[in-house]
Amino acid sequence: MKFDTPAEPNAIDQLKVVGQPLDRIDGPMKTTGRAPYAYERHDVAPNQAYGYVVGSTIAKGKITSMDIARAQAAPGVLAVVTAQNAGPLGKGDMNTATLLGGPEIEHYHQAVALVVAETFEQARDAAQAIRIDYAPADGAYDLAASRDKAAKPEKLTGGPPDTAVGDFDGAFAASEVRLDETYTTPDEAHAMMEPHASIAAWNGDELMVWTSNQMIAWARKDIAKTLKLAPEKVRVSSPFIGGGFGGKLFVRADAVLAALGARAAKRPVKVALTRPLMFNNTPHRPATIQRIRIGASREGRITAIGHESWSGDLEDGKPDGAVSQTRMLYAGENRMTTTRLAVLDLPEANAMRAPGEATGMMALEIAMDEMAEKLRLDPVEFRIRNDTQVVPDDPGRASGSDPQGKAPSAGGDSNQRRAFSQRKLVECLRLGADKFGWSSRNPQPASTRQDGLLIGHGVAAAFRNNQVVKSGARVRLDARGAIQVDTDMTDIGTGSYTIIAQTAAEMMGVPIGRVTVRLGDSSFPVSAGSGGQFGGNCSTAGVYAACVKLREEIGRKLGFNAADLVFADGEVRSGGRSVPLAEAARDGELVAEDTIEFGAIAKKYQQSTFGAHFVEVGVDPFTAEIRVRRMLAVCASGRILNPKTARSQVIGAMTMGVGAALMEDLVVDKRAGFFVNHDLAGYEVPVHADIPHQDVIFLDETDPVSSPMKAKGVAELGICGVAAAVANAVYNATGVRVRDYPVTLDKLIEKLPSAA
Amino acid sequence: MKPFTFERAASPAEAAAAAARTPGSKFIAGGTNLLDLMKLQIETPAHLIDVNGLGLDAIDLIPEGGLRIGALVRNTDLAADERVRRDYGVLSRALLSGASGQLRNKATTAGNLLQRTRCPYFYDTAQPCNKRQPGSGCSALGGFSRQHAVMGVSDACIATHPSDMAVAMRVLDAKVETVRPDGNKRSVPIAEFHTLPGDTPQVENTLAPGELITAVTLPPPVGGTQIYRKVRDRASYAFALVSVAAIVQRDGSGRVALGGVAHKPWRVEAAEAELPNGPKAAAEKLLAGARTTPDNAYKIPLVERTLGAVLAKARG
Repeated sequence: MKFDTPAEPNAIDQLKVVGQPLDRIDGPMKTTGRAPYAYERHDVAPNQAYGYVVGSTIAKGKITSMDIARAQAAPGVLAVVTAQNAGPLGKGDMNTATLLGGPEIEHYHQAVALVVAETFEQARDAAQAIRIDYAPADGAYDLAASRDKAAKPEKLTGGPPDTAVGDFDGAFAASEVRLDETYTTPDEAHAMMEPHASIAAWNGDELMVWTSNQMIAWARKDIAKTLKLAPEKVRVSSPFIGGGFGGKLFVRADAVLAALGARAAKRPVKVALTRPLMFNNTPHRPATIQRIRIGASREGRITAIGHESWSGDLEDGKPDGAVSQTRMLYAGENRMTTTRLAVLDLPEANAMRAPGEATGMMALEIAMDEMAEKLRLDPVEFRIRNDTQVVPDDPGRASGSDPQGKAPSAGGDSNQRRAFSQRKLVECLRLGADKFGWSSRNPQPASTRQDGLLIGHGVAAAFRNNQVVKSGARVRLDARGAIQVDTDMTDIGTGSYTIIAQTAAEMMGVPIGRVTVRLGDSSFPVSAGSGGQFGGNCSTAGVYAACVKLREEIGRKLGFNAADLVFADGEVRSGGRSVPLAEAARDGELVAEDTIEFGAIAKKYQQSTFGAHFVEVGVDPFTAEIRVRRMLAVCASGRILNPKTARSQVIGAMTMGVGAALMEDLVVDKRAGFFVNHDLAGYEVPVHADIPHQDVIFLDETDPVSSPMKAKGVAELGICGVAAAVANAVYNATGVRVRDYPVTLDKLIEKLPSAA
Repeated sequence: MKPFTFERAASPAEAAAAAARTPGSKFIAGGTNLLDLMKLQIETPAHLIDVNGLGLDAIDLIPEGGLRIGALVRNTDLAADERVRRDYGVLSRALLSGASGQLRNKATTAGNLLQRTRCPYFYDTAQPCNKRQPGSGCSALGGFSRQHAVMGVSDACIATHPSDMAVAMRVLDAKVETVRPDGNKRSVPIAEFHTLPGDTPQVENTLAPGELITAVTLPPPVGGTQIYRKVRDRASYAFALVSVAAIVQRDGSGRVALGGVAHKPWRVEAAEAELPNGPKAAAEKLLAGARTTPDNAYKIPLVERTLGAVLAKARG
């Protein structure tokens, strides 16, 4: 199905099943331990052996010698795989560094060997017996020190590396009120609960990989490319995923090494990355340095806005897209953005939940708070005053199907000023302010005390683009009248199973219990996958398309001529005639497959999602410990397909935003070039005690431009702006402005007002 | 994890004798720290002696006053004991501020005293660490040292002792009872139990090889307002940046010990005379001779301010 014009009223609009706050259909499997996650798929292949990954202990240089003899001779060991004995390997399109290093080392904990043994303990013990000599080389590990050497990146998401509208320099210099500040965000880890894990088994020259991966089609392609196989020889299965956040968008060492280990050991091999290895072995969200300049009239109209960002990555990597929202979020006639990339020899930088906007909004939304204060304007009012219904600096369409940004962006006319398909930022801010009780906030910093704490309130806008990616599905009607949906879409904890079942139930007129959904298998039609908050809208739109086809076939089979068939209550109805759905499959099941593809309409309008975050913090007046007391998010994201699973996504994102605001920080050892705090004791994320009451409000909105579902992404919108709202609340509580994330007590303590 | 042999000891004296008999042996009780370290090959004992069956899991009243806490009393049970809650509140509060419910269910009183530092370089076997590999150097000096010690540090090591419980034990003047391989018993004041790193940071206490902790004793209750204030970046399940264990009497006199600042619970008795003069005066004495890094210099004002919070709370 080609989606080329705004969606008309359709069967989804009935909202009998779609839009209902249904429990997730895979919930009982998960809560009873029956959902098969990659590492526990004991039944899929007999005689599984265990692989243990050895990581490089230098960041850059060469292996000069590697003694694997002791490991090979250790009890239970079946094979030791290294770059030297693995045979020729390629590199996946989505990988920057190779997944099996040696002799060249590209980053700390880059995999350099896999030990395969009868038991995990034997593999681990033998792995520690491998002796490796290195010739370390000097590397660059410090973004601030490399800032001046940063260059214009060749590939990036969201627009060209330089944009300019009007005369920024002139207008900024002439502005009545000016802000020029620099903000930093640290490297961050996905730190999802389930580590990267795979089981691989060969059948002749055919490879089966049971893994944990967000993007099945990419995984199949990159596994094939790395192992120099034809993609048809590779099958990937990933039905359940214990969190990803972008860390599982790409094939990682577990999958490739499991396949190599299975080949060497001649039996199925399972590999999970250990937690201490994950932080340096797998990608992370890169640190940024962001300079923001805003000029405005005394009335609070922005006349000039500039955003420059620096980040680092390995050679041939790509930058964080931190400036992209600044092209679209606020009005202003004179604008500029620049994106620069430094070569750093740290582990690979890559996508993490809302790559670009998540870091960009951390900086921009503090800057807006600071500017509002300079203008003596309420920060909600300042944002409202600078709303725009057209894109003020149009970067052209980003390559939507490519959140990795490996393909150069389309570029495009920089100033065609497209309209947003929907833009309800002002409504989000107003409703949020009302529900949160914003009007009772004390605008004077460091002057509200309650419960023995310094109390502060902060606000930030939320913004994240909505991408559309083609997505396919196959639907099947059987003789019992039951529906089965197959698509390689994944459920990374988001609720994909449930919203897909809701879509099929709505379309086919059956209760949700009559729908089974199978996901995450490369033998199913290729879907959008889970990434860039495009999965929910696009994968259900693909199911919609397949269901439209199935409805047509059912109509034909049952001899209906009319186009106005009604599918309801397990029946097909038209013109007074009513036939049970199952009738259509009496002679055998009916199968339909289709893919939704997004045409020119996706380029005609700018599709974005909007929101507002409100946060109350309490800061201990003695110790400067910061604790969030309440949070509210208001989201305008098109139709909400399931308010329950969507709310879970948003409160999870808000929680992650609190982590980014207050604690998450991959600390770089600038001498040895690695992330020091590489376990969950050292890399702190919020625990339950850190997260207070969270409210989420979804605006009642549909976006006919987004898809036949009229939905948009929401799971990444939920994190964008949260950290700034927290930081702004901390400022309001203490009068101390921290521009270097995370906002920790050591950055406040010397400047706190007197405790007593 | 290296392969190891394993035995269950039948009595404390036998456990100590077994440890002396078998080179490279370690006692194991809750295993909440030791097993992690073994998996990473930071600890590589050749032989484990399981002391869980030794019957050292009672909390008894000492006839002359005070409590004898068996070495194997779990942190959860100790924190919940009615006598501890009533008479030694600082200890109960310190215990409950540490780790998680699951860990406290396993972790023992003696094991808590013996837990190793959480310095990230100690945990990464690819990095130099004098504590893990004497003579290899200290990566934390000049590296990431936000959690690290500011008192009693050396050029060899700036690690902290991570225990909360031990800080409360220190302010309570606890004593550590042990049995040696030759059967001799002794009682060590907690002040003399943990050591500073000096040039032997691999040595963390004054236990002799094979010596087994059998109990910790608390002197008779001293009353007062008992506070344990732990400062950390997140609200639970994090090690202290700084902690203060305090017992403050109605007249303003009191005792105070610090966690998160040294290789041992940090107490300076001479500083306690300054408590009635306020946190600044007391902190100055407590932190005399502090040596900080750019990462952990914040601990100096943080100690003073946390002490301020504790004294304010004690005043009510």
